Amino acid sequence: MAIAIIRMTDLFAVVMLTGIYGLLSASFFVAMDAVDVAFTEASVGAGISTLLMLVVISMTGRSEKKTRHKPLPALIVVAITGGLLIYGTLDMPYFGSTDAPIHSHVAPKYVNDSMEEIGIPNIVTSVLASYRAFDTFGEVIVIFTAGIGVLALLSVTRRPEDDEEISSNNDSMHEQHLVIRIVAKILIPFILLFALYVQFHGDFGPGGGFQAGVIFAAAIILYTMLFGLSTARKVINQTFIQLIAATGVLIYASVGVASLLSGGNFLDYNVLTSDPVAGQHLGILIIEWGVGCTVASVMIMIFFNFANRREMQRTNKSMHDTNQESQ
Amino acid sequence: MIVGLFNDWVVVFLMMSGLYIVIAHGNLIKKIVGLTIFQTSVFIFYISMAKVDGGTAPILADDITLYSNPLPHVLILTAIVVGIATTALALSLVVRIKETYGSIEEEDIQHQDNQTLEMNKERKQS
Repeated sequence: MAIAIIRMTDLFAVVMLTGIYGLLSASFFVAMDAVDVAFTEASVGAGISTLLMLVVISMTGRSEKKTRHKPLPALIVVAITGGLLIYGTLDMPYFGSTDAPIHSHVAPKYVNDSMEEIGIPNIVTSVLASYRAFDTFGEVIVIFTAGIGVLALLSVTRRPEDDEEISSNNDSMHEQHLVIRIVAKILIPFILLFALYVQFHGDFGPGGGFQAGVIFAAAIILYTMLFGLSTARKVINQTFIQLIAATGVLIYASVGVASLLSGGNFLDYNVLTSDPVAGQHLGILIIEWGVGCTVASVMIMIFFNFANRREMQRTNKSMHDTNQESQ
Repeated sequence: MIVGLFNDWVVVFLMMSGLYIVIAHGNLIKKIVGLTIFQTSVFIFYISMAKVDGGTAPILADDITLYSNPLPHVLILTAIVVGIATTALALSLVVRIKETYGSIEEEDIQHQDNQTLEMNKERKQS
């Protein structure tokens, strides 16, 4: 698979292959017992990243130019690095061995004590949202910052009169996909409902804020692709989405501040209510909600900005063409 | 057990193909795809470390005693979502480069940069 990606010069095929590759690695993860991770990879790797790459390709052109310089030096560098890495793996513990060093330090504590201390069956969620909550907080902020970065690089201010022109274009274009649109219209509410289920069921089964956010965003993006940007812009307000992204981070941080004020450490949920376990439940529920909000809205924001940019380029081009014709 | 380290070797192979794409290809989107493959190989590496023979997914149930290590799962779960956010940032940079230079091939961009440098030099001399 990877070799096919290297060889191909048609970028469209490359992106499709990476989508399949994402789905494939998701099934690897299921085989290796990482259900939560597989969930995320399936929706991110096979869904959102493929879509984003497709949008970018439609803006930058589809084919890759043949490079003039020879691949031999690169091949030598890669072979040497790979050889050294393989040599390094000789000291690694065997696949699946129970006495590997990685299993001997914090992991037994998580597996044995998390039921008493946190009280939820899914260990991944309790580690993510409670033991390593500070870590997760940092990651949410990275996602938020990346969203702001995309916004700063790509955002376009638009005038309302542009919208009408574009929507007339869209109507003619989208009438072709009647079957897909009707099927999607039936499916989208269920996808949204499923995202909410994943969000709130994360304590008991695989799921949680990150996965739910991505699935939710995927549903909205599907809607946008099928019904056109201007329709989607009527449904979802841009400013509102940006507000939600910031609110998610704020919810997360304010849980930490609340636990500080009630006498515990930052993000120590035991003090939130009189019963420590109930406090943990409450804390995890709220911060997962914050994570879900931020992830979903940042993903939607990123997609909208790419799509906006693309439409701007198109309208500029068509205006340019008509100008040339009139001259 | 056929070969106990095959998972590491698969990871090394994927990682090296990602690295090769990044070094040898001039197209910026291709480079990002290469980085994504590199990234996924690290994900697979972590998850394969967490696997325990005979263990199940780390969701507590009554009659199960052996679980896979949950910690790498947590790290990679967040890393995937962070990864797509940073990839989106990289893609948006590519879009801006395309708008400014009219190309996303490394050589063309280099060529244009050199030309502007020379023009600036000539302007200073005159």
